[in-house]
Amino acid sequence: MKEIILQKINAQIPGAVIESVEFRNDLSITVKRENLLKAAQILYSDPELQFDMCKDVTAIDWAKRKERFTVVYQVYSFKNNFELRIKVNLEESDLSIESLTSVWKSANWYERETFDMYGINFKNHPDLRRFYMPEEFEYYPLRKDFPLLGIPGSLPLPEHEK
Amino acid sequence: MKKEINISNDEKLLKALMSQAADITIDDALENDMIINMGPQHPATHGVLRVVLRLDGEKVISSVPELGYLHRGYEKMAENMSYIEFIPHTDRLDYTATMCNNVAYVLAVEKLIGIEAPKRAQYIRMIIAELSRIAAHMVAIGTFAMDVGAVTMVMWTFRERETIQNIFDRVAGARFTTSYTRIGGVASDIDDVSLKMIKDFLDQFAAALDEMARLLNSNKIFLDRLDGVGVLSKEEAIAHGVTGPSLRASGVEYDVRRAKPYLFYNEMDFNIPTYTEGDCLARYHLRAEEVKESVKILYQCLEKIPAGEIIANEPKKVLAHKTEIYSKMEELIHDFMIINQGINPPVGDVFFSAENPKGELGFYMVSNGTGYPWKLKIRSPSASNLQVLPILCKGCMVSDVVAIIGSLDPVMGEADK
Amino acid sequence: MGLEAKLTKDGFITTTLDAVIAWSRKNSVWPMPMGISCCAIEMIAAADPKYDIARFGSEVMRFSPRQSDLMIVAGTVTYKMAHVVRRIYDQMPDPKWVIAMGACTSSGGMYRSYNVVQGIDQFLPVDVYTAGCPPRPENLLNALMAIQEKIGKSKARDYQDIPLEKIIK
Repeated sequence: MKEIILQKINAQIPGAVIESVEFRNDLSITVKRENLLKAAQILYSDPELQFDMCKDVTAIDWAKRKERFTVVYQVYSFKNNFELRIKVNLEESDLSIESLTSVWKSANWYERETFDMYGINFKNHPDLRRFYMPEEFEYYPLRKDFPLLGIPGSLPLPEHEK
Repeated sequence: MKKEINISNDEKLLKALMSQAADITIDDALENDMIINMGPQHPATHGVLRVVLRLDGEKVISSVPELGYLHRGYEKMAENMSYIEFIPHTDRLDYTATMCNNVAYVLAVEKLIGIEAPKRAQYIRMIIAELSRIAAHMVAIGTFAMDVGAVTMVMWTFRERETIQNIFDRVAGARFTTSYTRIGGVASDIDDVSLKMIKDFLDQFAAALDEMARLLNSNKIFLDRLDGVGVLSKEEAIAHGVTGPSLRASGVEYDVRRAKPYLFYNEMDFNIPTYTEGDCLARYHLRAEEVKESVKILYQCLEKIPAGEIIANEPKKVLAHKTEIYSKMEELIHDFMIINQGINPPVGDVFFSAENPKGELGFYMVSNGTGYPWKLKIRSPSASNLQVLPILCKGCMVSDVVAIIGSLDPVMGEADK
Repeated sequence: MGLEAKLTKDGFITTTLDAVIAWSRKNSVWPMPMGISCCAIEMIAAADPKYDIARFGSEVMRFSPRQSDLMIVAGTVTYKMAHVVRRIYDQMPDPKWVIAMGACTSSGGMYRSYNVVQGIDQFLPVDVYTAGCPPRPENLLNALMAIQEKIGKSKARDYQDIPLEKIIK
């Protein structure tokens, strides 16, 4: 299965897949940022591959690497009963990536959650708002420089008499 | 230094609400639409879910759900505690089926480390997972029927749930949030008295299910209220990432226990009920049938459970038993190292998903070799299932929204993490 | 037939108005279940046939704050939800009491994180705290009995110095 995927992607966009890793029977491929949308369209529409469900979108904050964030997509194909992980590395200076809601509709809310937690901007997302935190919250909680106990004063308590 | 933030700022949400049905024009006599808030505190929203509805009279034009009222910061906390310390937190994810979450989490950690629990422990995990599934479906059916109007059901289903919680009390020590599983096995063995209790429960359960079915299944009001409401088509379900009973009620025969078997489900003989209508009634019937399939699996597990160890023999990864820690030197040293430094899995990332009663619960773990995970993402089925709510609510009445939310069965502890 | 013969000799009972009002109030406490997360399931279990909260007088669990006098806050309160809880509390008419059910409402529980309020007494006056994660239904019934005891000792003069603006919200 791994060979078919790599062959199909490389046939149309050669050099897009930077590396592919198999660990504990899971396959993850790392794709270049500019080729992500095309690769996703290939994975979705190719009749042999048919990755039709996007199960999850998230991001990893590596804190000390040059490419600080990695956006991770977990997709599944019903036809082949195969799960695939697509990773894209991003640098902190240009934290934006193409949104995949045009390919998989379930990515809508997952990308909103990733934006809320990490601050990654998804271009062409239909409705990029915060997901869990209140709209006026100024920080991105899951980044490694945000403390676990939060920043005092960032969330107000309701008005009450003592 | 910092500006006063208004925690209830709804601007962007309202903009999203109005832009969703931008092509709709109202030519009613009153010529305007009403924006109503089905707020976080509501008897029928199954927890703290806020749905903002835009209504034309009684009909819903568009709706926007808002989550985050129970966001407790699980993923951030997971990065600051060891793998073993996170087990009690997984209980509170889907709090109607607590054991299932425990089982899913420890299976994910075991996949990352690369160990396997012994056979008896796997069977015990299957037994408690299926009992949890029955308990969760009892809550789901009971509260769903109560929302639609049949208030008796919640009393009857909770009566059955109390028996299951008695069993959990005996097996795990706590009736509700148990934290019973451990990495490498389960915490304590299950004795014959508990197995007999499970068998007695299963023997009387068929009659109780029958009684409940006779109450609801041919009730005209129940059928009228649910038939044809909230139809989810197969393509929409797959495109939006819906899993679990809601997906199977729309015609897709996908169950993680069959697709990627874990524990010993490939040795068990059970069907996967599927319906094609995709409306609220189909989802209700599907849950009732899944309960019957769980009973079948439980009978087989009770027959086939082997004798043996309940925790794996991996001294550097698995905590030893307390009596051994207090009496032998090596176990004491290993215990010290595991508790202080953690289990230190290899560097890498895994995704593991299990079939929870609400859908497919997935854990994505990234390890950097230390005892704390570098990242833990919880793929919650309730959040994915709720994504489809605006589509289902379009064009139906306000009371249908209640029925649809009940049939999708979200649990906000899981959806908000 | 039995009670009158036992209590009275000539057909009169002597009591204070306070005692009668307190007795009737404490035996018909109508809770408003602010069920937020896991403790809510145990609260529903306290209302099921095994642990029957109805025998204590809490026959109806009113979801409308205007019709209830006890708020059982069951579940973790986050900052976003705290505003909602306070608003509901403000809508309840006097006299009102609050049970903080479980560890999360008493002190933040096992969640020491950026979004969880460490104890609802930071913005609500709490009468009874219940321990447990979640507390067993018997524990909740114990808390209800403690509230009943507290109500039984209340007197009318406790409510006399409240200015009118505070009572009518």
